[in-house]
Amino acid sequence: MTDTLDETKTLADGPEDAPAYPIGRTCPYQMPPGYEQLREKGPISRVTLWNGRIAWLITGNELGRRLFPDGRLSSDVLDPNFPLLAPRIEAQRQQAAAPPLVGVDDPVHARQRRTVLPSFGVRQVNALRPAIQKYADELLDKMLAKGPGVTVDLLSEYALPMPSAVICMLLGVPYEDHHYFDERSRHVLSSSGQEQAAQAQTAFTEILAYLDDLISRKQAEPGDTLLDELIARQLDEGKVDRQELAMIATVLLVSGHETTSNMIALSTMALLAHPEQLEALRSDESLMPQAVDELMRFTSIGDMLMRVAKEDIEIEGHLIKAGDGVILSTMLMNRDPGSFEGADDLDIFRPSGRHVAFGYGIHQCIGQNLARAEMEIALATLFRRVPTLELAVPADEVPVNAPYVLQGVSELPVTW
Amino acid sequence: MHISVDSDRCIGSAQCAVTVPSVFEQDEDGLSTVIPGREDGGGEPLVREAVRACPVRAITIKETEDA
Ligand code: SF4
Repeated sequence: MTDTLDETKTLADGPEDAPAYPIGRTCPYQMPPGYEQLREKGPISRVTLWNGRIAWLITGNELGRRLFPDGRLSSDVLDPNFPLLAPRIEAQRQQAAAPPLVGVDDPVHARQRRTVLPSFGVRQVNALRPAIQKYADELLDKMLAKGPGVTVDLLSEYALPMPSAVICMLLGVPYEDHHYFDERSRHVLSSSGQEQAAQAQTAFTEILAYLDDLISRKQAEPGDTLLDELIARQLDEGKVDRQELAMIATVLLVSGHETTSNMIALSTMALLAHPEQLEALRSDESLMPQAVDELMRFTSIGDMLMRVAKEDIEIEGHLIKAGDGVILSTMLMNRDPGSFEGADDLDIFRPSGRHVAFGYGIHQCIGQNLARAEMEIALATLFRRVPTLELAVPADEVPVNAPYVLQGVSELPVTW
Repeated sequence: MHISVDSDRCIGSAQCAVTVPSVFEQDEDGLSTVIPGREDGGGEPLVREAVRACPVRAITIKETEDA
C-alpha cells in the first residue's frame, strides 16, 4: 500500500461519531430515524453495534456496487471477526457448520449455489405460476368467507402461508406439513433479543431435523421435486453429503418464507397509502412487474448485509482493515439521491433495475425469480379480489419487527 | 460490438435475461448465455443496462471497431 497525502480514515478515527446501529423503523417501509443523517455522511461512515464494536456502514449506491462483488469482503459467519447485529445470531453461530449459500464464500458457495440453481431459473419459475395462483385464490377464498366487516390478520391468513405453500411444494415438503414451518421460519429470521435467541436456535434445529427425516423418506420413496432431484443427482453421486443437503434445504425453506411474506405485507401497506398508484396498478396489471421492482427498492426489507474484510481495502479515502466489520445498507443504497430521483418517493412507474434489494455480488438472492412471481401474483390477486381492502388499525399502530434481520410487521390487521 | 458471458463467474441471477430477453437466455443449469447469433446485441439499447445490472460483472462487451 502506498502512503497517500490525505489522511486515510480508519475505524479508530472518530468512534465518537459512530451512532448505535441497527436502528428500528417506526414506519415499516420508510427509513428509520437517523438514516437521514447517515445518508448525509455517506457513502461510507461508522456505526456502533450492540456489543460496543465499531463497524463500517456503506450507504452509497455506487460504492456499494463496487464493494459487494469485492472478493476481499467475506460472508464467512464462522470468522470470529464477522459482525453480528444481534445476540441471537451469536447463538446460531455456535453451530458446527456455517449456513450453506448465505454464510460461506466461494468456492464452497459457488458449488452449493450451482447445486440448486436450475430449479430457480426464469423458465422453471414461470412453470410454477399456475400453482402459485391456485394457492393465492384458495387462501383468499378462505379469508373472504369470514367477512366482510371482520378484522383478519393478512400476514397469517395470506402473506405468510402463500410463500410457505410454494416453497414446500418446490422442495417436496408435504402440503399438510407447511404450517409446521410458518411459525418456525419466523422465529429463525425475524425474532430478536437475548431471550429469543434460544427460540431461533430451537426452530432452526427442528426444521433441520424434519428435513433430514424427509430426505430419508424420499430415499425410500422417490418423487419428482427439487429435494428428490438433489438426492438423485447430488447425494447419491456423492457430490454433497447428507448433512449439507439437509442444511441447504433448511436455508431454502426458511428464506423462502419470511422474505416474501414480509414483502407482501409491506407492499400492501405501501400501496394502500398511495391510492392513486394502487388505482393505476389495478386498472393495468401489466404494470405489476415494475411495481414489484419498485416496492422492493422502496421497502428494502433485507436492509443490512454483513461482511468481514479478509484483507485491507483502501476506498474513498478510507482504509477498511483486515478484520473490520462492514455492513452494507441496502435501504440507504436504494435511497441514494445520486442514483434515484425522488429517492424517498414510491413511484411504480420508475424504470426497473439498479436497486440492490436482492443484494449484489455473488450472494444476490437465488430465489429472486420465484419471489418476483409470488409477489406479482399475491398482490394482483389480493387487490383484484378484495377491492375495498383497508387497514383495520391506523398505519402507525401496525406492530413493526425489531430491526435485526428482515424488516416487516408481526401482524397486519385488515378489513374489507 | 461483441457480447459474451463468463460462465465461470455467472451466478444465474437472470438479471441479464430479464433485462434483454432477446439477447440473453438461461441454460439448463440456470446459467446465462448469449443467444447464438445475438452476440452483436441486435441493436438492443438495454444491453449496457444488463452489463450494469449483472451482480458479478460476468458480461463483457468488446467494441469490435478497436478489437
Ligand atoms: S446477470 Fe450476470 S450473473 Fe446474472 S445471469 Fe446474467 S450473466 Fe449471470
